[in-house]
Amino acid sequence: MKISFPIMGNSYLAFKQLVKDIGHEPIVAPLPTARTMSLGTMYAPEFACIPFKIMLGTYLEAIEKGAEVIVASGGHGPCRAGYYGVLHQKIIQDLGYDTKIIVFDSIAKTYKEFISKLKWLLKTGQTSWWQFLKAFRPAWAKLKALDEIEILSYHVRPYEINTGETTRVYRKCLQLMDEPITPSDIKEAGEVCVQMLRNIPQDKSRKPLKIGIIGEIYVLIEPFANLDIQATLGEMGVYTERAMHLFHWIKENTKLSRHEKKVIKLAQPYLRQMIGGHGINSIGETVMFAERGFDGVIQLAPFSCIPEIVAKGILPQVSHDQEISVMTIFLDEMMGKAGMQTRLEAFVDLLLQRREHRLAEAL
Amino acid sequence: MTQLKIGFPRTLFYFLYYPFWYTFFTELGCEVVTSLPTTKYSLDLGVEETVNDACLPIKLYHGHVAELKEQVDVLFMPRMVKVRKMETEVFCPKFLGLPDMVRNSIADLPRIIDEKVDLSKGLFPKWDLCRKVAEQLEKRGFIVWQAYRQAQKCQDKFKQYLVQGIEVQEAIDAVIEGRICHESKQFTTDIDLAILGYPYLIYDSFVNVGLFEKLGHMGIKPWTVEMVPPHRLEAQAKYLPKSLFWYFSNRTIRATFYYLHEKKVDGIVHVTAFGCGPDAMVDKLMELEAKHSGPIPFLTLSLDEQTGEAGIFTRIEAFVDMLRLRRKNDENIFSHHG
Repeated sequence: MKISFPIMGNSYLAFKQLVKDIGHEPIVAPLPTARTMSLGTMYAPEFACIPFKIMLGTYLEAIEKGAEVIVASGGHGPCRAGYYGVLHQKIIQDLGYDTKIIVFDSIAKTYKEFISKLKWLLKTGQTSWWQFLKAFRPAWAKLKALDEIEILSYHVRPYEINTGETTRVYRKCLQLMDEPITPSDIKEAGEVCVQMLRNIPQDKSRKPLKIGIIGEIYVLIEPFANLDIQATLGEMGVYTERAMHLFHWIKENTKLSRHEKKVIKLAQPYLRQMIGGHGINSIGETVMFAERGFDGVIQLAPFSCIPEIVAKGILPQVSHDQEISVMTIFLDEMMGKAGMQTRLEAFVDLLLQRREHRLAEAL
Repeated sequence: MTQLKIGFPRTLFYFLYYPFWYTFFTELGCEVVTSLPTTKYSLDLGVEETVNDACLPIKLYHGHVAELKEQVDVLFMPRMVKVRKMETEVFCPKFLGLPDMVRNSIADLPRIIDEKVDLSKGLFPKWDLCRKVAEQLEKRGFIVWQAYRQAQKCQDKFKQYLVQGIEVQEAIDAVIEGRICHESKQFTTDIDLAILGYPYLIYDSFVNVGLFEKLGHMGIKPWTVEMVPPHRLEAQAKYLPKSLFWYFSNRTIRATFYYLHEKKVDGIVHVTAFGCGPDAMVDKLMELEAKHSGPIPFLTLSLDEQTGEAGIFTRIEAFVDMLRLRRKNDENIFSHHG
């Protein structure tokens, strides 16, 4: 069967492999473009958040390429993302397609359905459970390697001597990572990519500003949604660190990591209630970045995202108490690269001035 | 001893839960102070204080709190989380974080009681909640139990009135004063229109620019979410593969199914706030559902701080004209075919 999935950052390389390994034909939708966005915007509700629109656009483009089934992750609220699947399905049906969307909700809460959906996928792909487990390992390894490469690129970029070189090398890395199939090949390709990034000529004498990026998970991870903010900042000579990467998020959700617990505890003085999405994380991560001595924090959120609006309402107080500058950028389909660039430049200027001021005071 | 003054903003939960809390606090010997009905002033105050991306109801809540804060000793801002025994149904995330938002954006607040309302756990969750709230007011023992019983009685009566279709403010006043409800003004009507949306938009006549009064004059009988018999409302859950995550949204979408399938209305109007997160989903679901069952005419009215009477009524009038025309056409078709 022809199976497609949402595009989120570079993770499509890993999912593509997983779908192939369980006996289906993967349909990788084209990476989001302006066309994806306008397709999504046309059929989505006006006030749906930008991930909903981009995903809908992606699905429609995947359907054009022949996708019969779309597999996505779900959730249990109160963030709207948990309900995407139902509404996407209804909209696609209303447009006259019979593509089916299969949503995997939390395994703990919908154990039976989770298993039966998985069973169906395996049966139609003529894959046994054993083969599935075996297929899982390389995909997992790929996801991990891709995250590592991406993070390294953000570390290297502010030091690069020839502007734009990291981005070029990073693209080559993605091509390289598309090929290997077995875990050992993946590991090797990952190491080659890391070496390629490390070999980029760098000026280590620079003292780049440090900015933490927080906010809603989809716009954090998908560069099309955030206009590639981390690369833009990197080329402006800023070191950035993002609160969330897909691999970590999966680990978090399968309780393999304790990072989130710490974050929620840090948010307690400001927000005492889980509000869905990553609202409480945004507060806690800001405190954490402040404690780690970052110069500033940028909150990325889709326009009309409920949890992030609550977080934004509280962040000024956090910023005041923790003495860290915070800028919020709400992203929507009208966002332009130039507008973003201008705001980032202003913010960076501000941070540079603040740093000089502080240094002068310290002397 | 002077009575303790407890502030209760006249917005959001006021329209569904005020009779309960009014009776409870009064029975405990406190004085309950509400803000005045929403005006331009409360709205302006709210817009000033609130984070600019918030929706209209949240801004209004901030406005009402800002209006109240100097008149009271204690501000009652329950953190509404769950009111039913359901695992995934909560209130909108903005409500969940509301006390924190208010605390971090309005200065010089009095003492706040922001007890978490989570009725999904325990054997007697409502009583537990009341006990905890009373404890914060340093009241204990039998008097709390009595107040709770009394409040429960009032709330039940209030809900009955709502199902009978009595106007909310009138029902609240009647229950509190302990008198019989005045029947609402009767209009002769020829069109049944479901006016669906969240209570804090539908029943605040400033926000909806006096919608119900106007509808009556136009010969329209409005039907609301609260007028659906509770057991019928729950029965509609079967139409969706997955329940929504938000209490009010579930009520609204279920009422939509009820008015589409059981109590056939002539049209559906969805009243929503500009930028309402849950409603982005609810509105599309309602639109598709209305389209696929009939189709029944469907109109979305989006309210925000700039909403003017003229704009709303022009749209309503056009919609109703269309409904009447549609009916006339239908009758013509019938007569042709005998």
